[in-house]
Amino acid sequence: MKITAQSVCKEFIRQGRGTNRFVAVKPLDITIEQGSLTLLMGRSGSGKSTLLNMLAGLLTPTSGKVMYDGDDIYAMDDEKLSRFRNANIGVIPQGQTAIHSLDVLGNICLSYMICGTGRELEAAYPAARELMGRFGIAELETARPEELSGGELRRMAIARAMLRKPGVIFADEPTCDLDDENTELVLGILKDAARSGAAVFIVTHERDAVRYADVIYEMNAGEIGRTS
Amino acid sequence: MKLTESLSFRNVTGRPGRSAALVILTFLMAVSVVCGTLTVTSLRTGLGALEARLGADIMTVPASAVSKQNFENIVMQGSKGYFYMDRSYYDKAAEREGIEKISFQLYLASASAGCCSVPLQIIGYDPETDFTVSPWIRKSAGRELGDLDVVVGNDLSVFVGSTITFYGVECNVAAKLDKTGTDLDTAVYTNLNTIKKLIASSVELGMNEFTDIDPDRVVSCILIKVADGYPVDEVLNDLNLHVRRTKSFRTKDMISGVSDSLTGVSDIVGVLMCAVWLLGLAVLFLAFRMSVNERKKEFAVLRIAGASKKKLAGIVMSEALMITLAGAAVGIIIGLLMMISFNGLIEESTGLPFLLPDGGAVALCAVFALAVSVIGGMISAVWTAGRISRIDAGVILRGEN
Repeated sequence: MKITAQSVCKEFIRQGRGTNRFVAVKPLDITIEQGSLTLLMGRSGSGKSTLLNMLAGLLTPTSGKVMYDGDDIYAMDDEKLSRFRNANIGVIPQGQTAIHSLDVLGNICLSYMICGTGRELEAAYPAARELMGRFGIAELETARPEELSGGELRRMAIARAMLRKPGVIFADEPTCDLDDENTELVLGILKDAARSGAAVFIVTHERDAVRYADVIYEMNAGEIGRTS
Repeated sequence: MKLTESLSFRNVTGRPGRSAALVILTFLMAVSVVCGTLTVTSLRTGLGALEARLGADIMTVPASAVSKQNFENIVMQGSKGYFYMDRSYYDKAAEREGIEKISFQLYLASASAGCCSVPLQIIGYDPETDFTVSPWIRKSAGRELGDLDVVVGNDLSVFVGSTITFYGVECNVAAKLDKTGTDLDTAVYTNLNTIKKLIASSVELGMNEFTDIDPDRVVSCILIKVADGYPVDEVLNDLNLHVRRTKSFRTKDMISGVSDSLTGVSDIVGVLMCAVWLLGLAVLFLAFRMSVNERKKEFAVLRIAGASKKKLAGIVMSEALMITLAGAAVGIIIGLLMMISFNGLIEESTGLPFLLPDGGAVALCAVFALAVSVIGGMISAVWTAGRISRIDAGVILRGEN
């Protein structure tokens, strides 16, 4: 699946003494090809996560379009966009993102719980267990999120995003809580997903990630530039 | 159960502390609504029962009885006490114009001494002229009362078919009356012959304040139904003017004291119920809001996983419904048990006729309390669900990091 952003821009209104607008992402164009791992690097506050969220259909741009194989996702109604996201987009958000009332297996299978039948959910368990094995969290199937370390939670979130084998994977700092060994593991798995045909877009500070990237962008004060 | 509802259920059960706090709030709302509604309904039912049993438009008592503090309670509610006047007053009253029906009652209070089984008020009526108590005595007993037969109030713990002794005279318990929620529930009714025997016996035993009365020549209270076309006030004034040494009252005026108190109590209960409900609503609103704020990131994760705004609102609403239904159901059961257990105490402390309504009306109160409590909880949840649905998941994720 090919993603094309045309003149996407995001302005926020800061509430404080009076109101003032600030531009998090200046109008920019970007294309993410399927079968490639795209890296977006840059300093904190440069607008990387905002761009990722706009590309993932989670944040409506102030202007511009985000096209998936030529379809403008923000022209879809919420129901359609949600179903599209469920079927085609895997997102690994920044920070800890667990549903605390579910165990690890439930968290990984969340997308089936949201949009799926009981039979589909049951059918997803073997694939979820296989992913847990690959991420080294197989023995935590019935553990609650509060029993997990930061690294384990992160790996759980990555497994959740990859379960449906989505055509597009967005990862916001996927390796921030991980040790070197697990960083290698996660980046390797994401690279494998790209090799399998997915479009993978990673926002990271991790310099080692460069080795896995097919395309690298640098972002600075809301502006983007391709470095390789 | 759909998967999203199962997720709601897990959200509710997975956070027992948070859910318990919300359940307790709904529980308190339901208890206040069910108790408040039942209190007001019971007071109104009690007044209705009292009015139905009085039946007369005017009551006439000896002028000397009016100075006695509790004469209204004796006449109206069957509190213990008695007074007499000569029967000639009854004859004089019967001669006045505008009277459709006239009857009289004789009162006697049984003693706590060994001659009586239990201290209570005994009310004797004249079956030939009575138009007030006979219908419901006939309904309870299924026949006219014979000599030495009595009909007992609902609160007396005696069985139909057993005997009860007053001033050494053994009486047969012929029937038990329906509850009224007043002191009438501890009174005993009997016919004229029986009450005359009891009065005579109490005089013989030296246990009657009136030592020299002839039961055949006295009455306690005259009951009058005004003929159609005659204003009650006119007949009342006429009686007060021409039947000297007696005092006549309009029964509705006598009830109006009870009715005014009842209105006052109803208003207070109503205001308290609304206050508790509004307070509960405000706290629930804050609690839901805090709960949703605390879980904002979870909601963003659900959006990422493909939950639409509508589905997200559905999850929040399902959670709220489960919590409010649980709280309201427990609250209604506890509220009903409290009202059933303490209705005697409420009657005693308010001094007002207090009668729990029938099963259908109680069920209606329960349904009303359920609806009001669940609606209160759902209003709070709708607002928070709407608020969370309007925010882009990206904005939440951005704010959380």
